[in-house]
Amino acid sequence: MIRLLADSFSWGTFPDAIRFIADNPGLLWHKSVQHMELSGAAIGIALLLALPLGVVLGHLRRGSFVAISVSNLGRALPSLVLIAFALFVSGHFFVNNMAALVVLGVPPILTNAYFGIEDVDRNIVEAARGMGMSGRDILFRIELPLALPLIIAGIRIAAVFIIATATIAAVAGGGGLGDVIVNQATYHLSGVVGASLVVSLLAFGAALLLALVRKLLTRPYVSAD
Amino acid sequence: MITLPLLANGPVIPNFGAGSTCETENHFFCTGWVADHWSDTLQPALLQHIKLAAIAVAIGFVLAFAAALVAYRYRRADQPIGLLSDFLYTIPSLALFQLLVPLTGLSVTTVEIALVSYTLLILYRNILEGLRGVPAEVRESARGMGLTRLQSLVRVELPLAVPSIMAGLRIATVSTISIATIAAFVIPEGLGRPIFIGIGQDVFKTEIIAAGGLAILLALAADALLVLLGRALTPWRNA
Repeated sequence: MIRLLADSFSWGTFPDAIRFIADNPGLLWHKSVQHMELSGAAIGIALLLALPLGVVLGHLRRGSFVAISVSNLGRALPSLVLIAFALFVSGHFFVNNMAALVVLGVPPILTNAYFGIEDVDRNIVEAARGMGMSGRDILFRIELPLALPLIIAGIRIAAVFIIATATIAAVAGGGGLGDVIVNQATYHLSGVVGASLVVSLLAFGAALLLALVRKLLTRPYVSAD
Repeated sequence: MITLPLLANGPVIPNFGAGSTCETENHFFCTGWVADHWSDTLQPALLQHIKLAAIAVAIGFVLAFAAALVAYRYRRADQPIGLLSDFLYTIPSLALFQLLVPLTGLSVTTVEIALVSYTLLILYRNILEGLRGVPAEVRESARGMGLTRLQSLVRVELPLAVPSIMAGLRIATVSTISIATIAAFVIPEGLGRPIFIGIGQDVFKTEIIAAGGLAILLALAADALLVLLGRALTPWRNA
């Protein structure tokens, strides 16, 4: 073990890691799917909880204190601590870990949705009201489209954060690529580094996908001027 | 099921099975354990944690400050610097720690490089935005009063950017304290260490809650301190 560790502290580990990926596509694919199932479920639930709340509060321009406190508290909560707390509750590993990830994903989505909507130029909202638009029309046709870039930025932060933390969930039976990363005894440093590369790619993929979504959704407004 | 390489050679710190009833039955929180192990487990971990985070934020601030000044002066530098820090920020923390291990080993250097990377994006953006937020009239009057470019930067633009810089520093500090718990995957230091040991000891709740609580309190305390520092640095805003 000690010899193995000493041997592997070198640039040579990176080619070894690539070889590990090439040699174990089945294992890594299986772990990646597990990883994305856990992350995807958590992102979905965090969205369902945080997005409507942030949007409605921002529209009513109420609760800036809540939005700020939630985001401050969210940052102060170490992901490892939340994952460890998930172990306190006996039961289903997947559900417990997912709940911990949801807690981490809610703050950026909520805060960005709130401030995205709240920051919309008041003059535009007043003009819309003057044109006879109802509160609902203003929300869906003025505020939401204008807040979209910030809202999607919040979702991107949450997604990257959740995918990163799902790696740590391996210590709480979460499965996923973290299983390989925390198990150097079985997979050696080349496997650990290989799985780290794969999980980084997943995070980049998610970030790119959301950048693309943002581009597609905001294109009509950008090209209008 | 749970494999943590670091635990194999670590000392068995909570004498699980030999302690008080509260400890052997693993109740929610045993104050006795915390009192007994404050000085041999929690306090050293807390001090290591503060040191890890403080070094990272300090180095990150210097680098981000230099990069922001370059991007402020030469607008074209903004995009590449911004992309690089965006890129670093997207790499999951545990993966970044492990990717550095082949280069810098299981060492404090590995942990610090990763922690510094995560501070860069927030600090760089906030410093640059603070500087760019200075109204053009203010800069022009500074020049009109005969201040050189450097004097204007140091005496007019930087002080006006302080609120934005401090906001970035708060976010960077709090997130660094939070991410530093992950350092325990690589080195046996910081508040992540007792959390790991607690997980390995059949989920010894007291140790996890004590160390996790300390990490959260440390983050909140650091945040409050930076708020006070920000107020002290901008006396004109309190008037």
